[in-house]
Amino acid sequence: MGQTETHDPNIYYVPHASRWPIIATLALFTTMIGAALTVNKVAVGHYVLYAGLAALVFMLFGWFGDVIRESVKGFYNRQVDVSFRMGMIWFIFSEVMFFAAFFGALFYARMFVVPWLGGEGDGALTHEFIWSGYSSAWPTNGPLKVGGMFETIGAWGLPFLNTLILLTSGITVTIAHHALRAGERGKLLTFLGVTVALGMLFLYFQATEYYHAYHELGLTLGSGIYGSTFFMLTGFHGLHVTLGTIMLLVIWFRCAKGHFSRDHHFGFEAVAWYWHFVDVVWLGLFLFVYVL
Amino acid sequence: MAHDASTHHDDHDHKPHGFVNRWLYATNHKDIGTMYLVFSLVMFFLGGLMAMVIRGELMFPGLQLIEPEFFNQMTTMHALVMIFGAVMPAFVGLANWMIPMMVGAPDMALPRMNNWSFWIMPFAFTTLLLPLALKVFFDIGGGGPAGGWTLYPPLSLQGGDSVAFTIFAVHMMGISSIMGAINIIATILNMRAPGMDLLKMPVFVWSWLITAFLLIAVMPVLAGAVTMLLTDKFFGTTFFSATGGGDPVMFQHIFWFFGHPEVYIMILPAFGIVSEIIPTFSRKPLFGYKAMVYAIASIAFLSFIVWAHHMFTVGMPLGGELFFMYATMLIAVPTGIKVFNWVFTMWKGSMTFETPMLFALAFVILFSIGGFSGLMLAIVPADFQYHDTYFVVAHFHYVLVTGAIFSVMAAVYYWLPKWTGRMYNERLGKIHFWASAISVNVLFFPQHFLGLAGMPRRIPDYNVAFADWNLVSSLGGFAFGLTQLLFAYIVWDCSRNKSLAKATDQVWEGAHGLEWTLSSPPPYHSFTTPPVITDSMLAHGNVAH
Repeated sequence: MGQTETHDPNIYYVPHASRWPIIATLALFTTMIGAALTVNKVAVGHYVLYAGLAALVFMLFGWFGDVIRESVKGFYNRQVDVSFRMGMIWFIFSEVMFFAAFFGALFYARMFVVPWLGGEGDGALTHEFIWSGYSSAWPTNGPLKVGGMFETIGAWGLPFLNTLILLTSGITVTIAHHALRAGERGKLLTFLGVTVALGMLFLYFQATEYYHAYHELGLTLGSGIYGSTFFMLTGFHGLHVTLGTIMLLVIWFRCAKGHFSRDHHFGFEAVAWYWHFVDVVWLGLFLFVYVL
Repeated sequence: MAHDASTHHDDHDHKPHGFVNRWLYATNHKDIGTMYLVFSLVMFFLGGLMAMVIRGELMFPGLQLIEPEFFNQMTTMHALVMIFGAVMPAFVGLANWMIPMMVGAPDMALPRMNNWSFWIMPFAFTTLLLPLALKVFFDIGGGGPAGGWTLYPPLSLQGGDSVAFTIFAVHMMGISSIMGAINIIATILNMRAPGMDLLKMPVFVWSWLITAFLLIAVMPVLAGAVTMLLTDKFFGTTFFSATGGGDPVMFQHIFWFFGHPEVYIMILPAFGIVSEIIPTFSRKPLFGYKAMVYAIASIAFLSFIVWAHHMFTVGMPLGGELFFMYATMLIAVPTGIKVFNWVFTMWKGSMTFETPMLFALAFVILFSIGGFSGLMLAIVPADFQYHDTYFVVAHFHYVLVTGAIFSVMAAVYYWLPKWTGRMYNERLGKIHFWASAISVNVLFFPQHFLGLAGMPRRIPDYNVAFADWNLVSSLGGFAFGLTQLLFAYIVWDCSRNKSLAKATDQVWEGAHGLEWTLSSPPPYHSFTTPPVITDSMLAHGNVAH
């Protein structure tokens, strides 16, 4: 499609064909096959997995590179911008539902499974005949004490600090956004940089906490239902913080290169939305996993 | 037409040249739609082949053809292939082809992501089928998953190497579905031509808007559920094991929170298709357009609060059983509205019975039978008797085969002349319809009797008391399977045979809607400028009047 078409609001913009989606498919396929081989303990499995992941990274550079180049050239009209926004919003909604599955597991386990195993309600006979020695409590690793003795991480130490860090990062990214809209470049780069630093600090503390849990508290992924829900929720959240931090870093470089204008900076906003989403998930985690 | 957008396109379309450019790098909604539909047809025959193996084994009591383990792999894979490989991609293919043309757009909102959504599918199914194919063709490994498509632990976790492949394949399908659904929502909400208000959209577009929302809401939940299976099997978690304080029933709850909306993902677009076809061949506007839209939305909402009716016998508190029973029965209300409105659309219409209409009519009748057996299953004390019997198998095949698949066939016959620019062979189409409609009832109706008499599902052998109806069912199954080869021939013939009659732009005398204002076949980019929309171009008229 020619550039001339994009400036006429009455004519639709259709992007030209791209080789990146099929490369993305092959990369994803390689990654998934590699992952399946790896968990099945096939000798070459992890090489396939790493090759797939490397191909995914290569694809992301290539595909986003194309989109950025087209965006900078001004190909994308208002309608394309709205499509991108909708895409990001619904993607974040899908992520919310992904976390909902694990929160659902946590709530169901705490509210129903564990009390039933302890003999409450409909669980009376099951308790009597199968798990008679078990008294329900939370945290728990179940009637067979899977994973052995463990202690939990208190809410008001590192987790609370991490809550403050993420909340602050939500504020700094908003200040950066206002600076971008006001055209204050120095302030934008500073506060976006601070946001990236806070993201990294969060991850550092999270890693410290995991190390502490594994080596001193005996709390692992295998510590029954408590360990399962704890590490699944905080782990997937940590993965999302990692991705969000990388995205913020990329956006920092794009800001430094001057890719964004005061009123045309969807890339920045998309990453900011994602960061707020990660922030909100953490608040849920802090409340339901650590405090309650 | 007040504004014929098609005339100035025909002479210079932008079709890319060469196989790689056109198909592997595809960004065109029609090309991607075609690929989805072809993929779906291939999967339909593959899943059908597995069904033939199942019916072959069940033709007589005792074990004749295959080992029980392989039988279980067949039932599991038949379901996964048909649900995720045949029905869902068929509807996505129809959405790709039709939605941009129906709302006056040039293409989907995010054409490159559209390509990615499609191409993931063949690779996802390669991943899914790999363990089974290795076993069948090279006798390597233990074959495919055999614990049923619902993947219930602990049984599903006791599978061999195939478990991980199944889980990662499900992840890939999920990624594909979510991206496809995001694209459809963005297209409908953002790419409509000026004047195409939400309540002027064809019902097919409405049904897909709501379906896409369901997909984005529940596919991630399935991803979460299978991820927990993965960690339970390989990384020491105990989500679904009571030993560590988890519960296998918890998987069922999470799975069916996905699973029940998933059922409607496979039927709401069918409602949309039938709501387009019946007005056309009744030569009357759709009766109760707004009620149809609200009914679809209500069904979608209810789909989130009925999931546990799939697990009444698992041991739930009485309050739960009652809640899910009543909530499930509520679905009959909006569904009843839909059936009522289809019937009243036909009332005093000038009806003709071309193949799409025949399939649509069969849909209304046979889907209703599936709906009624669903109501029976919704009643908790009755379900205690019917659960996991062939009655359930009969129920969901009535809604999925004579429901979803018949609607896909109706849609293909309805829009094929628009796609190819030629009329398909109507005589063969009618033969295909009658052979399908008769054989499918011979196939599935006796399964109601078998189920009520107590024959359990998912077994390769059975009591001799069930022998007669199983033989009838199998004969119907083989006839239905063979009949579908005719379908493939008719589609092939219509897309290749240049001696067939040319289709007009409107194709069907009573057809209304933007897609019929384009040429047959339509230009490569459907609309390059927004069409000017008048009431007479709307599929169902202007309901605001």
